[in-house]
Amino acid sequence: MTPTLQLFLIVSTALFSIGLLAALSRRHAIFILIGIELMLAAANLNFIAFWRFGPQPQPPTGVLVAIFSIAIAAAEAAVGLALVITIYRHYRTTNVDQFDQLKG
Amino acid sequence: MSSWIITNLWLIPTVPIGASLIILFLANSRRHLAATVAILGQITALVLSIAAFLPTLAAPGFRAVDNFAWFTFGEQTLQLGFVLDPLAAAMLMMITLVGLCIFIFSMGYMAEDKNFTRFFAYLSFFSGAMLGVVIANSLLLLFICWELIGLASYLLIGFWIDRPSAAAAAKKAFITTRIGDMGFFLGMLWLYHRTGTLLFYDGGRGCLESAALASLGASSTAIALLIFCGAVGKSGQFPLHVWLPDAMEGPTPVSALIHAATMVAAGVFLVARVYPLFSLGAVNGVTPSLTVVVSIGVVTALMASLIALAQFDIKRILAYSTVSQLGLMMVSLGVGGVAAGIMHLIAHGFFKALLFLGAGSVIHGLHHEQDIRKMGGLRWIMPVTFLTYAIGMMNLSGVPFFFSGGWTKEEILHSTAHWHLSLVPHYLMIAGVILTALYMTRQMIYVFFGSKRPAPDAHESPRVMTMPLLILALCSILFVLVLTPAWPWLHAYLNGEPARIDFTLLIQPMLFLSLALVAGGIALGWVIYRNANEIDPLARLQPRLFRFLENKMWFDEIYEQTVVAFSRILSRLSDCLDRYFWDGLVSLFAGIGQAFGVLSKGFDDHGINAGVDETTSGTRGFGRLIAAAHSGQIQTYLGAIAIGMLLLLVLYAWLG
Repeated sequence: MTPTLQLFLIVSTALFSIGLLAALSRRHAIFILIGIELMLAAANLNFIAFWRFGPQPQPPTGVLVAIFSIAIAAAEAAVGLALVITIYRHYRTTNVDQFDQLKG
Repeated sequence: MSSWIITNLWLIPTVPIGASLIILFLANSRRHLAATVAILGQITALVLSIAAFLPTLAAPGFRAVDNFAWFTFGEQTLQLGFVLDPLAAAMLMMITLVGLCIFIFSMGYMAEDKNFTRFFAYLSFFSGAMLGVVIANSLLLLFICWELIGLASYLLIGFWIDRPSAAAAAKKAFITTRIGDMGFFLGMLWLYHRTGTLLFYDGGRGCLESAALASLGASSTAIALLIFCGAVGKSGQFPLHVWLPDAMEGPTPVSALIHAATMVAAGVFLVARVYPLFSLGAVNGVTPSLTVVVSIGVVTALMASLIALAQFDIKRILAYSTVSQLGLMMVSLGVGGVAAGIMHLIAHGFFKALLFLGAGSVIHGLHHEQDIRKMGGLRWIMPVTFLTYAIGMMNLSGVPFFFSGGWTKEEILHSTAHWHLSLVPHYLMIAGVILTALYMTRQMIYVFFGSKRPAPDAHESPRVMTMPLLILALCSILFVLVLTPAWPWLHAYLNGEPARIDFTLLIQPMLFLSLALVAGGIALGWVIYRNANEIDPLARLQPRLFRFLENKMWFDEIYEQTVVAFSRILSRLSDCLDRYFWDGLVSLFAGIGQAFGVLSKGFDDHGINAGVDETTSGTRGFGRLIAAAHSGQIQTYLGAIAIGMLLLLVLYAWLG
């Protein structure tokens, strides 16, 4: 079976959907972060796939964007985890249902 | 000197009025200061009056005026002014002299009154207003001062404000004289309409001078009679005499000053002042207006002396005698004896003030007892009062030779005897003289004779009260010197003629007639009242007649039933008109306005307000709806974003 662009896009869509589902349905903050990481991974996969199946030869723009994205994701994860720890210290829970201070 | 006083005549009334204002601002406890200020003011006025009197002696018929413009409206200039002539000068002397005596007497009489300072303020004010009347050279200025006198008399009659009877008397005096003043005012307006000036003398342009009089023509009678209405009110002539006896509710010095010596004299003075109006077009000294004056005077004089015969209040008797004497003066003016009338006015001022102050002294000595039936035998207890009172009584009765009242009364009888129209007034006046002698004898016997001892602690009055009595008694006797036919100086002075001395004229037939009349009256009185006791001899003789007189001929009752009842009905009618008609109209319009208000309120409530309410509640509901979306749940937001992205995606795909 030859890897085609469609295949990659299907995989990345699945990955994104799984991540979104996790981010929307899980109640634990860490799992939400994990869901977000999954969605980022799906995006990265798209970058690489579109670059790989684009017209050749070309500069490695897709790879570079993916690398940036991974770096940002790492930073985001670090910040997100720090937030989770702070929130946990404050509320003694990580259940996002109970964080409703944004309620208008 | 003489020109100075003429340009400064205004000082004479202003000084006492100024003194009155100063006293008004004094504390109630500054009694001595108040009396001092008032008496100093009066002395100043007396000195100024003497200064004004001197230049009038220079030439017979002296007259000087000092006019000034009061204000200008349109093309008309209203002028006021002061005049100095023998009439004014003689009145000034009498008023200030009598006033001074009364002021001094008041210090003793009112010594225990708690409103001592107020009393002196009013007295001074009154004196100033009266002096203003005398020197006014404008009917308007005269009217202003005339009304000030009315105000002063109101304040003084009602001086003891806590007595209901005094308040009623003050009101009665004010309203009754106001009826007359209404006529006076109308007459004044008419005169101004016809002549265009109210100045008496203005170098040929005044309303009493020939040019203006000639333009009056037939209307002069009506104008004169209207002005006479004012004199009727002020001088207590029939039918407006009812206030004067009631005015005796005031303190006795007030009765002396206002209701005997000066204020009531204002009416007589007014007639004398505007005499040219009355005598315009006279045939043999008779004009319709003067005939009216004579008739009113005769009726008043006789009626009042009859009523005086049956009164028991010492002051009321004097009040009615005042009314009768004023009637006599009016008769004198009416028959043409202006000088005689004014002479009697001045003499009357002295001796009536003397009598009233004497009565005040008696009342004071008997601790405010005024009923003559409860007096008696006072001649030993109060010798000075008795002596001076007797002099006053002789004056009033008209005993000739030594008493000024006798000479002036005789002068009046002379004038009436020479009236061309009729001799009836003459005979009626003779009857009046007898009646006067009769009621004065009655009063003397009741008060001073008899063996009764009225009160164990009755006493003679202090010197501050007896001194003015002596001065006034002396004045009324010394006054004779300028009255007798031998040297009729005052008569000539008032008429503007030179006086001659001629002792052969001293004894005249009329003198014996009046001597006989007075002697007859006094003797009759002595016979009737010699043994008088609680019940009046006349009452025993003619109980019905006596009751009629004692009740003042039922005048008050008649007025109560007619004039007062009429005005009461009228006021009730206008009350109804006011209450139901005008009020109804007003209520109708108010109702219309109210209905409109209700309507506009409904529109506001259900129209405008409802719209605003709907808007706000809608906004609130929408806000609540939106607010529900803000659950604060981060996942909800995320879901919304996701759905939004999906929708955008679908839209993109659809649009292609």
